[in-house]
Amino acid sequence: MSSSITISGVNRVYTDVDGNKVNALNEVSLDIHPGEFISIIGPSGCGKTTLLRLIAGLDKPQSGELSIDGSRITDVDPERGYVFQQGGLFPWLTVEDNIAYGLKARKVFKQKKSEIGKYISMVGLDGFEKSYPHQISGGMAQRVAIARALINEPKALLLDEPLGALDSFTRSDLQDKLLELWKDNGTTMILVTHDIDEAIYLSDRIVIMTPRPGKISRIIDVDLPRPRQRGSGSFLSMRRDILELFELAQAQPQPEYVI
Amino acid sequence: MDAAVKGHETDVILNKQQTDSKPSAAWGYKHNGYYLLKILFTLAGFIIAIVTNITFPQKAAVEIKDYIINAAGLSVKLTMNDAYIFVLAALIVIYLISGIRAWGDKDRRKKYCKNAAFRFALGIALAVWDIGGTKLQFFAQPFFPGPAQVIETYLADGSYVVQNTLYSLRLYAAGFSCGVLLGVGTGILIGWYPKVYYWVFPVLKITGVVPAVAWMPFALTLLPNSFSAAVFLIVICAWFQIAFLTAQGIQSTPKQSYEAARVLGSRQFGLIFHVAIPHAMPDIFTGISSANAMAFTTLVMSEMLGQPGGLGYYINQSKVWSAYYKVLAAIVVMAVLFSCINHIIGLIQKRTLRWQEGVLKK
Repeated sequence: MSSSITISGVNRVYTDVDGNKVNALNEVSLDIHPGEFISIIGPSGCGKTTLLRLIAGLDKPQSGELSIDGSRITDVDPERGYVFQQGGLFPWLTVEDNIAYGLKARKVFKQKKSEIGKYISMVGLDGFEKSYPHQISGGMAQRVAIARALINEPKALLLDEPLGALDSFTRSDLQDKLLELWKDNGTTMILVTHDIDEAIYLSDRIVIMTPRPGKISRIIDVDLPRPRQRGSGSFLSMRRDILELFELAQAQPQPEYVI
Repeated sequence: MDAAVKGHETDVILNKQQTDSKPSAAWGYKHNGYYLLKILFTLAGFIIAIVTNITFPQKAAVEIKDYIINAAGLSVKLTMNDAYIFVLAALIVIYLISGIRAWGDKDRRKKYCKNAAFRFALGIALAVWDIGGTKLQFFAQPFFPGPAQVIETYLADGSYVVQNTLYSLRLYAAGFSCGVLLGVGTGILIGWYPKVYYWVFPVLKITGVVPAVAWMPFALTLLPNSFSAAVFLIVICAWFQIAFLTAQGIQSTPKQSYEAARVLGSRQFGLIFHVAIPHAMPDIFTGISSANAMAFTTLVMSEMLGQPGGLGYYINQSKVWSAYYKVLAAIVVMAVLFSCINHIIGLIQKRTLRWQEGVLKK
């Protein structure tokens, strides 16, 4: 129940509001293995969200190709779940109906109605079935968004900074929840984040991207044993290595300041 | 006094249970004696109105006729004063029952106490109106007949008033339901398809500002009968307003909502019916309530100008005979009828938009 995703030579250029061309992705190639947990990190403007949107099929590249299990990605597909930065829940639907949305959209609601309760308890929202999104907290809303994506049993789950807006306690709580869901479902996970700790804690590999033009600068294998300890020496040394990479990447355009 | 009540409220929030269990609260709406006095105060106005009607001598030359009402196998003989007293008594019973029903409910009790002064004043106003309009007739006649004379219309002309009311209601129902359907339909098309927006929206914008009754000459000549002409006018007045706001609601749907629906498997149909329309619902209801007010105006005006029935027609016909008590009677029916329709629309709106509760400032 997981997919491999191949990205080869992808380019994406935007025209911003002032009419300037922005090179969001430049010759990006990446192979994502089935069942892998991969994180994409980088400063804002490095094209990480653009890359995720291309994988989802919400956007199209100008050149290059993206494929999933050998077939080309041309449009969105419920097989690739997507969790938006701000949840993107429908405010007019209850928690329960938001989670059931995918079943109705795919016209399998009648057969799979019994699954809804399972996904609600999976993300720990029992008792909030009839609440509307504005009545629950931000962390709960993100859990609804994750359950809503999972109910479609996607082969790949794309997460666009899903925990970025949450406080650190809720965040680490949900990170464990994500790992648990990943372990149980074996779905390929692609996480966009700007939090280095989160990337190290969760992923098998970390893709580091740099802006202007957006491209992949390094791919790091995280070979720490799971479950990982946030305070362990190897964790911290990896964190230091990645931070150093970033400082180098940012210093590059201004070589005169490097001593 | 107000400040004292407010201060008391904060106390209640702090020790809610304690105060609730106390049998004698401070002097305010929670005090049973105080509340009982407020109920009596509410009813007193109407009791004064009844006493005034019975005891005040009839000085002006007003003919008091007897009417025989046959209902449920009984035949009752009564005058307009009897009917007036009956209405007042009914009001007393209604307010008494609502007062008793609110006894155990804190919020409703508070509301009842707040309304007491207005209801008392209403009773006094009726008594003054009775004296000025019927008993002494120091109001200009025949323009300001007393309340009993207005009620007399329902005794003398009851079935005709009912018939005209039903005519109005039929006209309204046919016109407004078509208007809502067409308005929402066109609004969705305009909001969803840029091509439709390009061609239809400017037409809507220009014709939308013209009051519907301006089309009356065309409607009366081109349509087969006057009923369909009036329906047409109500339809276009509701149509433009609702279409305009529906289109606005559809167009303001955030892109992310569509994307969220698409990644979950929605196709075009789902995007329109499960994303765009629910998002536009608040705007659609804004359109419906404002179109509703305009539909009432159009309804009455078109009835006055060229209908064989309806409350507007009834007003026009009564005016010719200077029967202003009948005009007032028709206005009272309109006030009640249109308030009921507004209330029903409000209930539907509240039910449909219950997801907004707590989001918007009231």
